[in-house]
Amino acid sequence: MNGLPAAQADAAGDICLSLRAVSKRFGSLSVLDDVSLEVRAGERCGIIGPNGAGKSTLFNIVAGDLPLTRGTVSLLGRDVTRWSAHARARAGLARTFQTTTLFPRLTVVENLVLALQAHSGERFALLVPRSRYRARDGEARELLERVGLVDRANEEVSALGYGEQRQIEILLAMAQKPKLLLLDEPTAGLAPADASLVTEMLKRDRSGLTMVLIEHDMGVVFDVVDRLVVLHHGRVVADGLLEAVRGDAKVQEIYLGGTL
Amino acid sequence: MRLRRRWTIAVTVGLVVALLLPRLGLPTFFVSLLTQTWIIAIAAMSLDLLIGFVGLVNFSQAALFGVGAYTVAIAATRFHVTGFVPGVVLGVLAAIVTAALFGLVALRAEGPGFIIITIALNEIVWGLAYQWVSVSGGDNGLTGITRPMVGPFDVSGNAGFYYVCLIAFAVSFGLLMTIVRSPFGLVLKGVRETPRRMRALGYNVWFYRYASLMISAAFAGLAGVLFAWYNQFVGPDVLSLDRSTQFLIVTILGGIGTLYGQLFGALVVVFLSNELSAVTQRWMLVLGVVYFVVVMYAPGGLVVLVPRLWERLRGRRVAVVPAQPLLGGDE
Repeated sequence: MNGLPAAQADAAGDICLSLRAVSKRFGSLSVLDDVSLEVRAGERCGIIGPNGAGKSTLFNIVAGDLPLTRGTVSLLGRDVTRWSAHARARAGLARTFQTTTLFPRLTVVENLVLALQAHSGERFALLVPRSRYRARDGEARELLERVGLVDRANEEVSALGYGEQRQIEILLAMAQKPKLLLLDEPTAGLAPADASLVTEMLKRDRSGLTMVLIEHDMGVVFDVVDRLVVLHHGRVVADGLLEAVRGDAKVQEIYLGGTL
Repeated sequence: MRLRRRWTIAVTVGLVVALLLPRLGLPTFFVSLLTQTWIIAIAAMSLDLLIGFVGLVNFSQAALFGVGAYTVAIAATRFHVTGFVPGVVLGVLAAIVTAALFGLVALRAEGPGFIIITIALNEIVWGLAYQWVSVSGGDNGLTGITRPMVGPFDVSGNAGFYYVCLIAFAVSFGLLMTIVRSPFGLVLKGVRETPRRMRALGYNVWFYRYASLMISAAFAGLAGVLFAWYNQFVGPDVLSLDRSTQFLIVTILGGIGTLYGQLFGALVVVFLSNELSAVTQRWMLVLGVVYFVVVMYAPGGLVVLVPRLWERLRGRRVAVVPAQPLLGGDE
């Protein structure tokens, strides 16, 4: 054994993401103020809050796209506060973006292959044609079959409809086989029919993947998550099981008469 | 499949014509211009790898080209190293090392910042060549470079050296085409398209940009080595900012992100600048107009414009190809 008491090692392994006293300031503007949060493995956690509450900033800090002002970020028991975005991705973090962030002039298959080969040695293969790696394309097609987009496989992503692009956005993150998935408003800007496609896709995932989800659409949130965190002016104002938070008076007030 | 066959036919015909040209009684002057075309095309392809596949607009390509040229010139005139293989190896290595140093500085920025830094780096190397007289010969440059033997072949004549450059072009083209079609090449395209997503997928974007700079430098250095032998003289103008601009014009004129377009770009620029400069002192102006017209009406370059004109002559309409953004980088 490595000398750690078994119980302690287990507890550390059980926590997927841990934020301790995270603050972020842009100049004199405080966007996040002393945010602490723990997400356990297998949990599906939703983060809601009005515009400007700091949700996206929180994601960018967790993913390593933004440096934080104070506090620590731990991923799977390791302190990753000073790690680059790509190092965090290699450690098992995947994210989607609020505004679709794909590779528009590459085909759908090529987009997915980039996600699939990200941790494989073949990404350094310089003088071998890609056709030698047919298996990768097959893997990508399998993923596309799951969401019924296999007939668009060889089209450029820019030729796809917005709803299809949002699906690829999530598929790309899932193709990374992450341990923690951050979803930044997966249904942003989608018509209800398309939004429910995306929701179905998330609900259908039974792999026990840990997810953190930012969402404006309460329907999506209530469908997918089992725990809810409410951010307001950069602070956590409520955190708990879905039903409990839903009835919280403070939360009702923030959403001003809007019934949750 | 049909496309592939067309490609094979085009490449074969092109190669046969290129091989026969010096044997068909073509005047020496034209053989010499074509030799220059192969060399400039290699340099432009090296730049196209960066612009068209990685999204890095590098204005220090002439410095890499020039370091290759100066290395082979200094080796020959000061150290009597005159072999073909040592010349190529030294020149290419020197260019790669230069790019490795450049990358450390230039890749701290993206987009316009990267361009400005590479301009400055090119000027520094030019300043060294111009003022470090004891090594570079300063403004007088280095003379007395002779074309080496290639194995048993004497290639000091125009036709002989033409073949050396043709083969170097063909090999470079083949290697670069293989690279951009490899899994590594797909990564480069991903970096060109959306660096932010590449980071989120776990790719070290900096590393791939850095590596591509060095790969590109190898080909730019090779072109520089050939140019030193072709010209048999190396002066500061081989690595001037003007030359970087020339490479950029050839690359864009031919068609960014194609690699084969650069051959046509080089052909047009080399022949026009030589033919026009014999007719008028204002040949730069004419070249400028040609460049302007191509960029305005066919942002995809000559490889898009020529087929389109051809189709129009035959009375067909073809869809307009949208311009490719020149500046990659983060949003």
